[in-house]
Amino acid sequence: MPDMVVDSTLPAHIALLGNPNCGKTALFNLLTGSRQKVANYAGVTVERKEGTLHTASGRRVRVLDLPGAYSLNAISNDEAVTRDVVTGRSTELLPDLLVCVVDATNLRLHLRLVLEARRLGIPLLVAVNKSDRAERLGIRIDMDRLESELGVPVVRTVGVSVSGARELLARLDVPVSTAASSAWHAPDIHAVTHTQQEVHRIYEAVVTEPAVDHDPSDRIDRVLMHPWWGLLILTAVLFVIFIAVFSIGDVLAGGIEAGFGWLAGLLATRMDDGLLRGLLVEGVIGGVGGVLVFLPQILILFFFILALESSGYLPRAAFLLDRPMSKAGLSGRSFIPLLSSFACAIPGIMATRSITDRHARLTTILIAPLMACSARIPVYTLLVAALFPGEPFTATLIMVGLYALGVASAMAVAWVIQRGRRTRTPLLMELPSYEWPDVRSLLIGLWERAMIFLRRVGTIILALTIIMWALYTIPSPRAHADGSPMERSIAGEIGRGLEYVFRPIGFNEHIAIALVPGMAAREVVVSSLGLVYAMEGDADEVGAQLEERISAEWSLATKLSLLLWMVFAPQCISTFVAVKRETGSWKYMWLMGGYLFALAYLASLFTYQLTNALTA
Amino acid sequence: MNDQANEVQLDDLPLRHWAVIHTLRPAVAPADRELLLRLTELGFLPGERVRITAEGPGGREPLAVRVGHTTFALRRREASFILVRPHA
Repeated sequence: MPDMVVDSTLPAHIALLGNPNCGKTALFNLLTGSRQKVANYAGVTVERKEGTLHTASGRRVRVLDLPGAYSLNAISNDEAVTRDVVTGRSTELLPDLLVCVVDATNLRLHLRLVLEARRLGIPLLVAVNKSDRAERLGIRIDMDRLESELGVPVVRTVGVSVSGARELLARLDVPVSTAASSAWHAPDIHAVTHTQQEVHRIYEAVVTEPAVDHDPSDRIDRVLMHPWWGLLILTAVLFVIFIAVFSIGDVLAGGIEAGFGWLAGLLATRMDDGLLRGLLVEGVIGGVGGVLVFLPQILILFFFILALESSGYLPRAAFLLDRPMSKAGLSGRSFIPLLSSFACAIPGIMATRSITDRHARLTTILIAPLMACSARIPVYTLLVAALFPGEPFTATLIMVGLYALGVASAMAVAWVIQRGRRTRTPLLMELPSYEWPDVRSLLIGLWERAMIFLRRVGTIILALTIIMWALYTIPSPRAHADGSPMERSIAGEIGRGLEYVFRPIGFNEHIAIALVPGMAAREVVVSSLGLVYAMEGDADEVGAQLEERISAEWSLATKLSLLLWMVFAPQCISTFVAVKRETGSWKYMWLMGGYLFALAYLASLFTYQLTNALTA
Repeated sequence: MNDQANEVQLDDLPLRHWAVIHTLRPAVAPADRELLLRLTELGFLPGERVRITAEGPGGREPLAVRVGHTTFALRRREASFILVRPHA
């Protein structure tokens, strides 16, 4: 009877609150489907997910998926964001209704947050999620009793089932009283203990569980977390991932390449020769196409990361690697961000938000660019093929070596940064029960990654390739009478200037020019080299021609030097932007750029001069 | 029963042996107080059953500790704040 209650409204804007691993994201994906928007919270790189749902009566409601939090007494960035939103301290609108999502198989842990949320002054609704799994494990929950004990409405949900949100959607058509922000204070240990006693009482009254624990996780862990078997399996898993990225990714990349080649060919035959055709064929299709070919590799890597993460395996991998990583002053928590960085440093840097210790987090951000991201693959491939023509085995070994060099130097840099720091950071990492990954969430996660990448390609990379094309097409105002068109262009001018910087490490002006756009996005180094050498044809043909020219024209020292440069050099403006945003300071951005440049220059200088000395 | 005699730090508990939490060792440093608060919030409470389900490679760091329906990875130092009584 909505009309009889004075200060009540139908909720129009709700927020999902819950512990990590309560299945909140799967539920959010079920509620909103593809109607969601991923951005960042103002000032921090904590992912902000908002979407729209339709209630049982068809009303539209905005849903905010708050970052997972064990407590409002925040110890990580994620938790701080959640606390600020629900206590009205942020610029976010205070939600009309808080849906507190709890894991039916783990109420003992999750009920505490409900009791904490109950004191906030925002109308509360409890969603007992994974209720199907609880049933399978023989855990029985007296829903009526839970509702009367908590004094707030309680519904059952199953985030991974199509009809799993029916009760929740019906309940959202019931009016709620007006939300008010309350003065929230961090509780002390006595208050927490008191709350936990209340949790214990409610739990005992509401939950009946079988005498024998049916959760198979402990048995699986005896193998997967075994000190030796566990490490062996982890190595095998990582090996399979990289094989898949390179083999399947390569086939799909070939398809994309062929598609762009066909498009370029079509334009070349249909359009008159001229500036516009040059811009479209060489600038846009050549540049963007050259970058888009990484999409499959990035998606395959993320498919594995997302699947392993939602199955509960990745935290176990972090567990196994905690000790080796602590030698470098990091913890197992840095493993997932660093693994993501092999696809791309940006999601890797974003994934550091779960690292509670600020110092460890900054260190992880600073070393993330040393993980060889997929954008480096084409440059590595080109150079290695040119270095060892017709020796696929040696080439593979060198590729593996380049990846290992990145990892080893990352650990060394972390060690240097963390040196002399005595306070060890607590680990306190949940190892959730094993579950089958939710296909819907997996697909939505992949879709998001794809869109982030495509947006980048459509904006910064497109702009750069056009600028690059313009630089080498437009003649320099100080036109020289002789030389090729490229040498007479503005790009030629810049390259000659940069040559002074790069000559000691063996880069000629062609390389210097190609590295300029490479600073912005390293994927374009190969296409830029193609442009600089005025090569024509599709990406495959350009690649083959480049390989030939590089083999013939560059000295061994130059090739090795450029390889080393690619391992370390600070490249890709988007990474810089992410670091600035993430750390909230220009200092760390410049620190990262500076140390990477110094490492790259020194490594290349050493390699070039040593190779020259040895081969002279 | 002698209380002190059979009380051990969680990190000294043998692998896969059940024990009951007796108390949390009081902390002095602010960072440790924060740690104790979080351990309490995560369910490491007197009376709860715990056991170590796995140890890191080499039998040292870290520990996987089962409490209630949850498993947490803890370092030995964190676990040392939790005093337990092993099941006879």
